[in-house]
Amino acid sequence: MNVEKREDPGMSEQERQRAPTDEFAMNTTGSMDVAPKLQSEGLRAFFGKNEALHGIDFSIRPNKVTAIIGPSGCGKSTFLRCLNRMHELTPGAKASGQVLLDGGNIYAPKIDPVLVRRRIGMVFQKPNPFPTMDIYDNVAAGLKLTGMKKGKNLDDIVKNSLQQASLWDEVKDELHKPGTSISGGQQQRLCIARTIAMQPEVILMDEPCSALDPIATSKVEELMVQLKGTYTVVVVTHNMQQAARVADFTAFFYLGKLIESGPTASLFEKPREELTERYLTGRFG
Amino acid sequence: MSNYAVRRFKDRLFFFLGIACIVLAVLPLGSILLEVIVKGLPTLSLNFLTTVPGPGGANVGGIGPAIQGSLILIGLTSLIGIPLGVLSGIYLAEYGDAPYARVMRSLNDVLTEFPSIVVGLTVFLVVVLKVSGSVGLGFSPLSGAIALSFILIPIVARTAEEAIKLVPNALREASMALGVRKWRTTLSIVLSVAKAGLVTGILLAVARVAGETAPLILTVLGNTHFFEGFNEPLAALPLQIYQDALSADPGIQARAWGAALILILVVLSLNIVVRLATRGRMGNSGRK
Repeated sequence: MNVEKREDPGMSEQERQRAPTDEFAMNTTGSMDVAPKLQSEGLRAFFGKNEALHGIDFSIRPNKVTAIIGPSGCGKSTFLRCLNRMHELTPGAKASGQVLLDGGNIYAPKIDPVLVRRRIGMVFQKPNPFPTMDIYDNVAAGLKLTGMKKGKNLDDIVKNSLQQASLWDEVKDELHKPGTSISGGQQQRLCIARTIAMQPEVILMDEPCSALDPIATSKVEELMVQLKGTYTVVVVTHNMQQAARVADFTAFFYLGKLIESGPTASLFEKPREELTERYLTGRFG
Repeated sequence: MSNYAVRRFKDRLFFFLGIACIVLAVLPLGSILLEVIVKGLPTLSLNFLTTVPGPGGANVGGIGPAIQGSLILIGLTSLIGIPLGVLSGIYLAEYGDAPYARVMRSLNDVLTEFPSIVVGLTVFLVVVLKVSGSVGLGFSPLSGAIALSFILIPIVARTAEEAIKLVPNALREASMALGVRKWRTTLSIVLSVAKAGLVTGILLAVARVAGETAPLILTVLGNTHFFEGFNEPLAALPLQIYQDALSADPGIQARAWGAALILILVVLSLNIVVRLATRGRMGNSGRK
């Protein structure tokens, strides 16, 4: 995997001003020792005429948990949804700039967003299992509906995915009960299993625990840490403690901009930006 | 305390007012049903359901051709109208933000309220008449089914749209995020969740169509014999009722009541059969 640093000739004034911060971020994190799994360059997102993201340059390292924190409305969910081209499904929503997956731009003209989403899966805020399917079919849904089940042993994939999502032991005797019959925390792990069954490379999670109780939350958090062995995990959270617990790297977004990013410990202990420090100490947001 | 008593009195008052309104609303329906059952039930016999209508007097005969004709019309209309109506509903719900779709939606709404005699007249001119510029199908089952489809499609489209819009967007997103294509998401996820609503809409529309009389006068004409072919006039229950009710012969008038009862039973049993057939198999989105 050979990824060279891309220079964007069309850098805006704003981005030029931000550039030194990024250089600094790279120096402290030493991030260039591995090629990024996902990398956004000048990523801007719009809702109609509203600009929600003002040019984000950010690298996500493979097989790590990266957390995105920030106050409500800062664009963290929008950023996440741009990473697998879900953003553009919202009526009136658009994105510009580049997102590189293993160095290839997923916003290139000939790229089919549907195929991108098969490589970059997503778990949502509220558990959303398919209500008309049983647990087994929920996990197999992706493979069945994309015609990718050919020549594969569905039973094995379903079992494997549920095991990876730490749900197998709880549901193995009731695989044919409706997906909505289990508890909220189990449903969320079912949704994670459903995503895993597609064997993606990256799993995006959009506040996956905000609808869950503390016990279910801690299970999903454990899961995130386990999953990074196989996948690259990006999680949006409004819970700073959660970021501190699970994330190897953390990025702080504010008003549609990336303010600061780095290894979680150093970002939390000695933030470089005053905004970050004020947010972390609860003085706004 | 007296304040509480007053409020409790008001609460009771509105409760009983509500009940009174419901009784008032159901009263006409109940009296119609009762009348039809009282006057229709005595005529019913296996003979009545299976023989051709007689000329009157001692030989009243039965309504076999009318039952057969109505079932043929309902079947043909469903075959033409349900797929078109459901597809229109999918379009309006899933792609309904385009300006073109907005125009379609309001036209569809107008068509829902369209006088059925005008539909009959239009089909008569465009489909039935054997002149140049017309399809020239003549009075035939297909002509009738086309006219009834004009009435069925907008109702199905509108109710399907509403049922599909009720499906939470989170489910579409869940499917799209797995890399499922949009058409597949709509077919396999959205429609299966919306199934209960779709079936209700379809049944309402079929019930409405089964009782339509005006468009049939101009398209299938009526017939005293059983189905004679796709180029021949066809009998139908509403036509039978209409013609028999105008008769001075008390025996034939009684036949109209019998036919009316059968029409109601046909719609009712269709309802029950479809409900039973679509229940349980996955589509329990309405229940937990």
